[in-house]
Amino acid sequence: MSDTRATTGTGLWTGLMKAKPAKPGEIYGVPGQGESLKISAVVIAGLIFVWWYFTYAGLVKPLFLPSPMGVIEAFLGILKDGFTGASFWEHTWVSTLRVFGAFLLACVIGIPLGIAMGMSRVARGVFDPPIEFYRPIPPLAYLPLMIIWFGIDELSKVLLIFLSVLAPMALGARAGVKSAAIEQIHAAYSFGASRWQVIRLVVLPSAMPEIFTAMRVGIGFGWTTLVAAEMVAATSGLGYMVLSASRFLQTPIVIMGIVVIAAIAYAFDHLVRFVERRVVPWKGRA
Amino acid sequence: MTALVVRNASVFYPVPGKQPVHALKNINLEIHDKDFVVALGASGCGKSTLLNLIAGFMAPSEGEISLNERVVSGPGADRSVVFQKHALMPWLNVLDNVAFGLKIQGCEKSKREKIARDFIKLLGLEQFEKHATYELSGGMQQRVGIARALTSDPAILLMDEPLGALDALTRERAQELILRVWRDTGKMVFFITHSVEEALFMGTKLVVMSPRPGRISHVFDLPFSRQYFETGNARAIKACAEFIALREKILQIIFTDEAGTHDE
Repeated sequence: MSDTRATTGTGLWTGLMKAKPAKPGEIYGVPGQGESLKISAVVIAGLIFVWWYFTYAGLVKPLFLPSPMGVIEAFLGILKDGFTGASFWEHTWVSTLRVFGAFLLACVIGIPLGIAMGMSRVARGVFDPPIEFYRPIPPLAYLPLMIIWFGIDELSKVLLIFLSVLAPMALGARAGVKSAAIEQIHAAYSFGASRWQVIRLVVLPSAMPEIFTAMRVGIGFGWTTLVAAEMVAATSGLGYMVLSASRFLQTPIVIMGIVVIAAIAYAFDHLVRFVERRVVPWKGRA
Repeated sequence: MTALVVRNASVFYPVPGKQPVHALKNINLEIHDKDFVVALGASGCGKSTLLNLIAGFMAPSEGEISLNERVVSGPGADRSVVFQKHALMPWLNVLDNVAFGLKIQGCEKSKREKIARDFIKLLGLEQFEKHATYELSGGMQQRVGIARALTSDPAILLMDEPLGALDALTRERAQELILRVWRDTGKMVFFITHSVEEALFMGTKLVVMSPRPGRISHVFDLPFSRQYFETGNARAIKACAEFIALREKILQIIFTDEAGTHDE
């Protein structure tokens, strides 16, 4: 009688494994429905508490893990005096410009490229090999080449981030082309649409949900690559700040830099989700 | 006199190392002004292939299709298609969906919205102009699709099981609506269905198709839609003895066709 196991008994395990009856307004059995915000808040508070406790009780040396207060002090210090001659806002602004500049460039080039690859056999044949070739290579591996080819100034930094964002953008847009139903495309053609009109009026709008997902993935890659991009010949930027602080064992600044990068990335992700709800309210419903 | 003519059309696919597969074989069909031609048959009998030929989404392997003596060589606005589903644009509201074809044809905004509103009214959707299509029921979505197809003033409406996804009650009401639209607009219609009752009720001419190879096996002229316009009572027509007798006869034909080709 193994199939009745989940509905009888009272142990913790059976309680977890049991499908719960739906509340009014919910549908029985939908995976993962319900609000998770409160749980997340409790987890974050818990993590900070554990962090605080470990440092407060002296279980780890501040060099390895400074206390939360230590990190906040480092933050306030840099806010007041700057870091290596540049203010906190300058570091943040420079990095944000690099990442978003590269991201916008990747959108402008990657989305049409992906659409072209989805729409045309020729474009797919031409661009698939180079993109699939460089995509899995860690940016750190081709950083030396970028510097040799494009110098040590902004160009190589932005290009490095751009390349890491380009592949997910192009692949997302390419997958998005498949979202248009053949009936929608046929409907447009039977009104006499040109190929270009089909792309602009049917394929591109259908691909928007996938493109938004690609943007969220892509900007994540951008921030991931930031530290690598600011490794060589940078004098400002959040990645530069983290790297130089680590050389002088200024762990509080390292952690602070990480938190700032995470916060900006998180805020931007929410902005994209907000725009997504406005632009494609039909996502998953049609 | 407008007419759509399918002459000796065949479609076959080459299969490596075997005889080619015939999706359609030697189809001859004429659709004249004010005809409502219904194609009926089991799955795989080539109904949709025939519709795709007429729409121009597919070219025949042999034979030709012509509309008013012009050979069909691709999709065109003189042959509008109403699909079973998935054919509306969810990012556009009802008005913009209906006006979609006119937009493609370069009709300016105020003019296309005026034309679209006329057809929205014809299909009884006035109150839903600004609604998103995914907020509408299946029946209303199909009405949007029909309104959109009518905007380009086609010579013929091609309907590929437009009511197949609707519940039984909505479906009966939609049948009557389509008949009234057909009468009021005077378009030729080519209509595909799986439902024998629907086919008999709506068509002026019934084409029964059978599979392997897809071909037209029987043709009937039908009086029932004309009777409906006289009496306005759809159920009474569908319940009359003549209707039921013909329904059973056609079901018999389809079952016999199926049994004869059951070799899988």
